[in-house]
Amino acid sequence: MNVVESVGSRVLDHLSYVGGLTMQFWAGLRHSPHTLPWIGKRGRWRTAIRQMAAIGVEALPTVAVMSLCAGFILAMQAGAELRRFGALQYVMDTVAIGFTRELGPLLTAFVVGGRSGSAFSAEIGTMVVTSEIDALRTMAVDPIEFVLAPKYVAAMITVPCLSIMSSVFGMLAGWGFMYISSKTTLAMFLRYVATSIELRDMFTGLLKSLVFATIIVNVGCMEGFRTRGGPDAVGRSATSAVVKSTFLIILADVFFTAIFYLTHKS
Amino acid sequence: MADPIISVTGLTVDYGDHRVLNGVNLDIERGEVMVLLGGSGSGKTTMLRHIIGLERPTAGTVRVQGVDINACSPQELKAIRRTMGVAFQESALFNSMSIEENVKLPVLELTTLADPVIDIMTYMKLAAVGLGEAAKQFPQELSGGMKKRAAVARAIALDPEILVFDEPSAGLDPIVAAGLDQVILILKRAFQMTILVVTHELASAFRIADRIAMLYQGSLIAVETKDAFRNSSNARIRQFLDSIPDPIAHSPVVQRRFRELAGLTGAK
Repeated sequence: MNVVESVGSRVLDHLSYVGGLTMQFWAGLRHSPHTLPWIGKRGRWRTAIRQMAAIGVEALPTVAVMSLCAGFILAMQAGAELRRFGALQYVMDTVAIGFTRELGPLLTAFVVGGRSGSAFSAEIGTMVVTSEIDALRTMAVDPIEFVLAPKYVAAMITVPCLSIMSSVFGMLAGWGFMYISSKTTLAMFLRYVATSIELRDMFTGLLKSLVFATIIVNVGCMEGFRTRGGPDAVGRSATSAVVKSTFLIILADVFFTAIFYLTHKS
Repeated sequence: MADPIISVTGLTVDYGDHRVLNGVNLDIERGEVMVLLGGSGSGKTTMLRHIIGLERPTAGTVRVQGVDINACSPQELKAIRRTMGVAFQESALFNSMSIEENVKLPVLELTTLADPVIDIMTYMKLAAVGLGEAAKQFPQELSGGMKKRAAVARAIALDPEILVFDEPSAGLDPIVAAGLDQVILILKRAFQMTILVVTHELASAFRIADRIAMLYQGSLIAVETKDAFRNSSNARIRQFLDSIPDPIAHSPVVQRRFRELAGLTGAK
């Protein structure tokens, strides 16, 4: 195989992957209402609630600690530079806007991708290896509807919530820095935050967190469904899910940040 | 004679350059127990996966209840699948659910029956396979034989017309395997099901079969009643029945590789 064939083959593989991911995304979206209470299938919402606990509640301590640390780091780095210009108070703007638009959704996505994305992949991969997915298909039950849709609904609710919590913890860390360095009170800090954040910033952050949740669930499940072989293949799928979802999250972040930057009217 | 409930015509399956099934034809009549026999790698599990519509063939058709399952609409395929129950070799029970929940699953998903009716149906199926007392247990708490019976209970949850078993006796001791065969025969008698069993266990095959089909290297070499099969003079069937191993070094693949290693051919 020459270089051109090799490159062509890899490009086709990637296109096929993206195509599969897109089809799976639409199928998941179509089946999501079946997970909701009253209008969905019997008992399916309970699965979604269990997933919410696994994706959201169990990830909250990690998200909180990471956000506190990242918030403090950001405040210290910004403070070191801004202090030279006598503009230490802008640390609060930096932390508030940085977390609402960017770091809150991004840190949350990394935590959820690492915890739940790999877990989705391992769970579904094991189901493939032990013929459970085949069993669903022979029972005329759609695996996308049964396995993916509850995870998708759960992620679409919990990831934005976690992103908000991440932003809150990040800002609290920023206030901690300001309190230590200039005795800024919490009330004063909150006033600064309220004036610096716009509705658009919150919308940007929430939209990003929804996109990241979509990527994490779909890549995690896709890697699981594509698992072939034995138990070692399950491990490879889980690793692949984390790597691919992290890569796609960064790409999506660049894309959306560029769009918001270009459409921002100052 | 009534139309066969399952009709396989010219089924050909290639995986890359390797032909796994080579134009297989097989009709399974309503209400019979058909055992698909063959050695390891003969293509019997591949054939089963095509009969239950999990894979698409390279060529040929599989008709179930008169419907070509590779050319029908998703709704038709769903309707056909509702008339089939499948018990997989590894049981394929959902580990996060109790046995009772596993058996309930297809009924909950595919019917609008009231919960008390589903509870009664579930318990009847569990009792039919002798697992009435294990309903609340989880798959990982059961023995291999109990798992297989639980898989059977789930497969019959919706009273299918066709029941398919992949290697039901694999990994079981002879007593448990005989017990499972007994369950298969009871199901046939009680529910008039058509049963297809894929296995390489001769004792089990002769216990349960009405007819036996034998696959050898991707081709069907016999479809006989079990008595005719037992008395067959076909060399391959006799080898299988008398458990005579293949002379490994004489296989064409091994011979070719030897020649390649010795540099006697223009091997790549």
